[in-house]
Amino acid sequence: MNLRGFYTLLFKELLRFYKVLLQTVIAPIITTLLYLLVFSHALKDHVVVYDNLAYTTFLIPGLVMMTVIQNAFANSSSSLIQSKISGNIVFVLLTPLSHIEFYLAFLLAAIIRGLVVGAGVYLVAIFFVPVPVHNVVVLLLFALLGSALLATLGIVAGIWAEKFDQLAGFQNFIIMPLTFLSGVFYSIHSLPEIWQVLSRFNPFFYMIDGFRYGFFGVSDVNPVHSLLVVSVALVFLGGLTLSMLSKGYKLRN
Amino acid sequence: MSVAIDIKGVHKHFGSLHALKGVDLQIRKGEFFGLLGPNGAGKSTLINIIAGLTQVDGGSVAVAGHDVVRHYRQARQCLGIVPQELVFDAFFSVREVLQIQSGYFGLGRENEVWIDELLEALMLTDKANANMRSLSGGMKRRVLVAQALVHKPDVVVLDEPTAGVDVELRKSLWEFVSNLHRQGHTIVLTTHYLEEAEALCDRIAILNHGEIIALDSKQGLLNSELGKSYRVSVTAVTEIVVEHLSEHLRQRIKSVDGHLMELELNKDRDSIVDVINSLNSAGIEIIDLSTQRADLEDVFVDLIKRQQS
Repeated sequence: MNLRGFYTLLFKELLRFYKVLLQTVIAPIITTLLYLLVFSHALKDHVVVYDNLAYTTFLIPGLVMMTVIQNAFANSSSSLIQSKISGNIVFVLLTPLSHIEFYLAFLLAAIIRGLVVGAGVYLVAIFFVPVPVHNVVVLLLFALLGSALLATLGIVAGIWAEKFDQLAGFQNFIIMPLTFLSGVFYSIHSLPEIWQVLSRFNPFFYMIDGFRYGFFGVSDVNPVHSLLVVSVALVFLGGLTLSMLSKGYKLRN
Repeated sequence: MSVAIDIKGVHKHFGSLHALKGVDLQIRKGEFFGLLGPNGAGKSTLINIIAGLTQVDGGSVAVAGHDVVRHYRQARQCLGIVPQELVFDAFFSVREVLQIQSGYFGLGRENEVWIDELLEALMLTDKANANMRSLSGGMKRRVLVAQALVHKPDVVVLDEPTAGVDVELRKSLWEFVSNLHRQGHTIVLTTHYLEEAEALCDRIAILNHGEIIALDSKQGLLNSELGKSYRVSVTAVTEIVVEHLSEHLRQRIKSVDGHLMELELNKDRDSIVDVINSLNSAGIEIIDLSTQRADLEDVFVDLIKRQQS
């Protein structure tokens, strides 16, 4: 394994988002806190969640996870599409890095950005609203798996898209709806039966639900079930991504 | 002699276009090799295949004995590519770009001395900490050369490195590349400036429509039938009347324009003395006469024309 090559690509990806910290970390933290402010004030008297749990408290883990996964996706997808369109992806493709090292470097960098932004939102939020932690291992596990899944999806989107327009379509028509319909702002038990059923086909729902279990010890579905769904989705998507990279799909024509 | 790049029966299709039609080519270790051809001949496709950026439909390519697909790690360690397009990563400084490129090849701090040497040799030392965006086109081109050399590859491929580069930079780049060649590196060059290929390359392949139509030493190409022609320009006192000339001379006329005539002769079959005598016999008084031997460009143009016809 070309370990130094892998570390270098990882370092380069981290340096890339560090150099535009205002755009990649600070801005998403502020946006999420605005969501928290607006939704908690607008919905706190209208949405019924778990017993004895204030709506704002309920909302925070969902928003943290939403930030984690959105930023993980944004990091890998934007880095790849920018490199492809500007042509500088060639500097990585000419090197002795394997497709596995390529995947792991983009994956880890995206996970780190997702977790940094998520941690930022959490730390600022708990300054105003106390949020209990039921099981730190579970919440970290879901944060890690969720960010890995979306980082991988970002790699797929970045490889597949040939222009920014296509990537924006991927984000607006796949990532956004799946995120907003995943139970970030509500418990699925408050939904009509049909929406509850449909929600169970959304892998994002299991990430949010499992992550929330880590905070409150309560969830809409069994967290083991959620863990399984997210893990299987990650293995499937990871396998697909590795296959695309090893064949050079849209990278080596 | 050992082989630096071994290309065997390479085919490549892009849709219905058969871009490379079974190319066979061996580039020897230590050679300064020129790969020439008109636009769309398949040069860049062939280079991209050597670099592993394009996959072959048939055949194989090895760099320093390592197959570029099966043993891509070893092959890429031996290979430095200067791409044709002026690409760069706008996030980083010149030094960061070189450190990152060096790291991809498994090299760490121990390579800093070489990075400094490259910066110095390519006159980039004072721009080492400048962001790539702030550099001029020529400087970006030099950074591309430094990136290709940062892991000290044995084989360096330059894909039209002087396209759009000013004369001064072009000269300094060629001096730098010639030095690399003297140090034992194998250099493969594609260029549109045929006089550069003529001045620098030991051996030349001419590619057209995905096929190698000529492969020889530079001298071999110039001594070939095509290289034996030379041009004679004649300026006469009076207007030249073609009908007055001998049949032999008429067959060799390339153009006539009033007092000026251009002839294309073959150095084995035609004598300049005979030409002068024939002109005198036709009553043509010569003011000026100049000769120009065939250069690589003439050979190149003739070869391409012959293949097209």
